[in-house]
Amino acid sequence: MADVKNMPAPLGSAIDPFEDYEDGLTPHARAMDDRKFTINFGPQHPAAHGVLRLVLELDGELVTRVDPHIGLLHRGTEKLMEARTYLQNIPYLDRLDYVSPMNQEHAFCLAIERLLEIDVPYRGQLIRVLYSEMGRILNHLLNATMQAMDVGALTPPLWGHEEREKLMVFYERACGARLHANYFRPGGVHQDLTPELIDDIGRWCAEFPAALNDIESLVTENRIFKQRNVDIGVVSKENALAWGFSGVMLRGSDIAWDLRKAQPYDCYADMEFDIAVGKNGDCWDRYLCRVEEMRQSVRIMEQCIHKLRNCPGEPVLTEDNKIAPPRRGEMKRSMEALIHHFKLYTEGFRTPEGEVYAAVEAPKGEFGVYLVSDGTNKPYRVKLSAPGFRHLQAMDWMNRGHMLADVSAILGSLDMVFGEVDR
Amino acid sequence: MSELVRVAERESALTPLGTEMVAALGVEAVVAYGELTLIAPREKIVEIMTALRDQFGFQQCMDVCGADYPDRAERFEVVYHLLSLTRAARVRVKVSTDEVQPVPSVTSVYPSAGWFEREAFDMYGMIFSDHPDMRRILTDYGFQGHPLRKDFPMTGYVEVRYDEEQKRIVYEPVKLTQEFRNFDFLSPWEGADYPTSVLPGDEKAGAQ
Repeated sequence: MADVKNMPAPLGSAIDPFEDYEDGLTPHARAMDDRKFTINFGPQHPAAHGVLRLVLELDGELVTRVDPHIGLLHRGTEKLMEARTYLQNIPYLDRLDYVSPMNQEHAFCLAIERLLEIDVPYRGQLIRVLYSEMGRILNHLLNATMQAMDVGALTPPLWGHEEREKLMVFYERACGARLHANYFRPGGVHQDLTPELIDDIGRWCAEFPAALNDIESLVTENRIFKQRNVDIGVVSKENALAWGFSGVMLRGSDIAWDLRKAQPYDCYADMEFDIAVGKNGDCWDRYLCRVEEMRQSVRIMEQCIHKLRNCPGEPVLTEDNKIAPPRRGEMKRSMEALIHHFKLYTEGFRTPEGEVYAAVEAPKGEFGVYLVSDGTNKPYRVKLSAPGFRHLQAMDWMNRGHMLADVSAILGSLDMVFGEVDR
Repeated sequence: MSELVRVAERESALTPLGTEMVAALGVEAVVAYGELTLIAPREKIVEIMTALRDQFGFQQCMDVCGADYPDRAERFEVVYHLLSLTRAARVRVKVSTDEVQPVPSVTSVYPSAGWFEREAFDMYGMIFSDHPDMRRILTDYGFQGHPLRKDFPMTGYVEVRYDEEQKRIVYEPVKLTQEFRNFDFLSPWEGADYPTSVLPGDEKAGAQ
């Protein structure tokens, strides 16, 4: 078992939290009172957010070391993707962060588009942004309320799931699936939205802020929630940068960095929204950032809906049939279209040789796809750079010196989904 | 704004930055698809990373990964992706190595590289020297081999199941109920390349 005195200082921090640890016991009492434990947290613990195994070294109730063991959900996605064509690979992206599936597809499609050097029709970009923001709300609704559940509340997740359910129905009406969408395609999205669906999303955007206020009234100023989250898991600006944090983990520490503003992709440059930042970098600030981001996402969605109503019937997918399949109706009449369809679903399209790294502001942070192409119809190498992976390795120094009960609060605020951590 | 315009804009901003880096760091620089790639010598990677962080303002290391090119003399590549929040720019740094040549670990410059280097070691088996905690990360306890190498079979070598009689997990060689088929449709007119010359179930047709 690790001795606190001999323990290496955490990589991220210069201060040793145990330096002036004085328990006021006589040496004999101290020798008798060995309270060092090594315990397993997970993989079946409900607060482990899936299949995380943490090996915790404790001194009484104080955490002295955290060793996350990941990989229990490792499926070898990157290996599988090397053996499939680009179109066949899109569903694998849904299975990474299954809480906001379309945001991952977005990064992969952007990478392919950059290799192919093609543009996406404006209506396609609008639909993508609309559904990416929907994914952000889906994710934050789950995470912000689950963070409350990790510290003992039960009602918020139920209320959050009620709203998520409505969004799931919008997913289903757009692409036929509630979770594994396979909706974003290189060059746009698979199908256009019906006017009724756009109206219903617009109605939901009008109703949602009230529901969010209800959830907030339960959680935000709740005494127990604040006692468990304020000043817990504080991340300084320096640490946030050094440990490669992104998304809310960075913004919670008062760094106004958002890829949607800094390196805009698709039509984010045309959207008006604000970046929410925290002040103290603790768990509560990160929760507040997520709640505010949901409000901003609704703003973006409303702008998308307004613009979508102004361009009915415009193409949503690139018209280049070497990359995107022809429409069904065309295939009934045109031999050319039929051949394109056959070629696309057997051979697929080829990308020029080269390598690209495309990143999107996924709800959890920067989700990047590093794609190496050797000029064939399959990627030579795909590296999926998941925000959860970068954030989870900070568990060790973030938890040192905290109490055992804070582990689940910090883990909750890190926003973990093991589909993307383990890949 | 069109994505193509953005790529062109990024290229024109990155090209002078690349020449500056070539002069300052002694690396090769390539700009393609709106991205800057530096090819660095393996031994100097820590120096180069420190300079990129302190002189050029690339504060974050967002990704480190391996890649396998079996045809090359040094088959592995380690690829680092850095992000600058002040420049709103990215740079990619590549070094090459093989199974025995160690790559100096950059954890002293970017602590976030720690797990990424563990993952690259786990998946490809390249060695990182001076890494504080070099263990496997994603694969099973006691796993052998490096799954993302191009010569590692897709199905792996062992499979795991729970044995009811022994009341524990057992590892066995992989048994496929159907042969692994690689659908290589590089030319759709020639079809897939099957491992056996006769497809299962077609033996009778051939006998007649």
